[in-house]
Amino acid sequence: MSDPEPSTPVIARGLGKRFGAVTAVDAIDFTVERGQVAGLLGGNGAGKTTTMSMLMGIVIPSMGEARIFGHDVAKRDPRALARINFSSPYVEMPGRLTVFENLEIYARLFGVRRPADRIRALARDLDLESFMHRMTRTLSAGQKSRSALAKSLINEPELLLLDEPTASLDPDTADWIRRYLQDYQAQTGAAILLASHNMPEVERMCGDVLIMRAGRIVDRGAPAALVARHGRKTLEEVFLDIARGTSNGGGAAS
Amino acid sequence: MSIERNLSPVGRIAALMLRHYYLYRGSWPRIIELGYWPLMQIFLWGFISQYLQQHSTLLAQASGLFLAGVLLWDVMFRGQLGVSVSFLEELWSRNLGQMFVSPLRPIELAIALMAVSLARTVIGLLPAALAAWALYAFAVTSIGPGLIGFFAMLVLFSWAVGLAVCAMLLRFGLGAESLAWVTVFALAPISAVYYPVSILPSWLQPVALALPSTHVFEGMRSVMIDGRFDWGHFAWAAGLNVGLIAGALWLFIHAFNSARRDGRVLQTGE
Repeated sequence: MSDPEPSTPVIARGLGKRFGAVTAVDAIDFTVERGQVAGLLGGNGAGKTTTMSMLMGIVIPSMGEARIFGHDVAKRDPRALARINFSSPYVEMPGRLTVFENLEIYARLFGVRRPADRIRALARDLDLESFMHRMTRTLSAGQKSRSALAKSLINEPELLLLDEPTASLDPDTADWIRRYLQDYQAQTGAAILLASHNMPEVERMCGDVLIMRAGRIVDRGAPAALVARHGRKTLEEVFLDIARGTSNGGGAAS
Repeated sequence: MSIERNLSPVGRIAALMLRHYYLYRGSWPRIIELGYWPLMQIFLWGFISQYLQQHSTLLAQASGLFLAGVLLWDVMFRGQLGVSVSFLEELWSRNLGQMFVSPLRPIELAIALMAVSLARTVIGLLPAALAAWALYAFAVTSIGPGLIGFFAMLVLFSWAVGLAVCAMLLRFGLGAESLAWVTVFALAPISAVYYPVSILPSWLQPVALALPSTHVFEGMRSVMIDGRFDWGHFAWAAGLNVGLIAGALWLFIHAFNSARRDGRVLQTGE
């Protein structure tokens, strides 16, 4: 089916998910444009992971639709899925395979031609060379994060979905990963949707922020604009106001 | 974007097969496990057969009957384990959700599991077949060209059972892990592996004959005792397998979509 905006990385229209009597995501609307880095903020249970899972085609929406580069992602069209990728510290790669073997398999799953060339380039950029042939389960947390990042970039995604990419990392490694992601975005023009609880990270990386509470987007805007609209000093204060229900947002919610 | 992509499903199926090749290449316990059980079975049943040959005219006439049964039943068992355990490897490594954040389709995963199962079955049974020949002078090739047909029918049936087990794992998670090891044994008594189906109670015989495996073992005895390939049993096995494989694939894909509806794909394995 043709779409009026086939090149837009994400268009969510009335997107929602119910699990039995629980509404995890409640008919949200948003877009992520090419070259945009958008943050998805919200407390635990706000609906961030469910939203991301629907955008990745691994959760079927109960209502509405998510279009990824013009394709209804619930139908899992390989043409759409080949252009996205994902990273989360809560999802692992097989530990009994080496980093190289894991990256090769993911490269082939994404249909990357000449996977060895791509892996070599990522190994150089992400400084993986010293542990490329070690079992993934033997790596340190920082090495695992860099390997997971390499996996998420293996197909040079045009849409990168990141769920707390720097959780549990030391400040140096976390900073290094943020810088690498910003460089990647600048070089490729990829869109990034970043779910995070780290407010300085979101302020640094994201041009646009969607704040979720109880499955709904209750506010959105550039970090500075959100802070100004709520009369607060930091994005963290805005987040706390919204998470605790002491603010209903600045009126830009869906 | 500079990356060139090839979206052929064949490449994705090959990627999953490569994943299991790498897993086995780096794990000698897994390789030993492939051949260990079939080999022990052959040792045990080889000695039992030798003892019974002295007291049974049937076994004296067709001395390889038990050993052929053991080997062919292990095709069934290894084939089913090959599908189910290969799927369990994805759950154990919490890799299933991540795998499906790629163009991979569930039917492609099912095909890869079946291909890995075939490789595991052949590799696992080769030492047992060689041991049967070296220790008990039973060459599996003595079954004749029908062996290929029997092997194919049992592999197909084992895939259907294996995929049904995978569907249960998708539905119930690792809580249903033991199904991978026990399910096939529920079929053994009614598959008439070591005795003809006529031994079963009359009410159970139609149930037995609804299984492709029963027709294979009836056919095997027909070859080994009467020296005749029974095309009727073969046709029944083939027909039943077509329906069972189609049903098992549907069940697997249905279970995958159900897991997507319930939000269990990323969590499966935790």
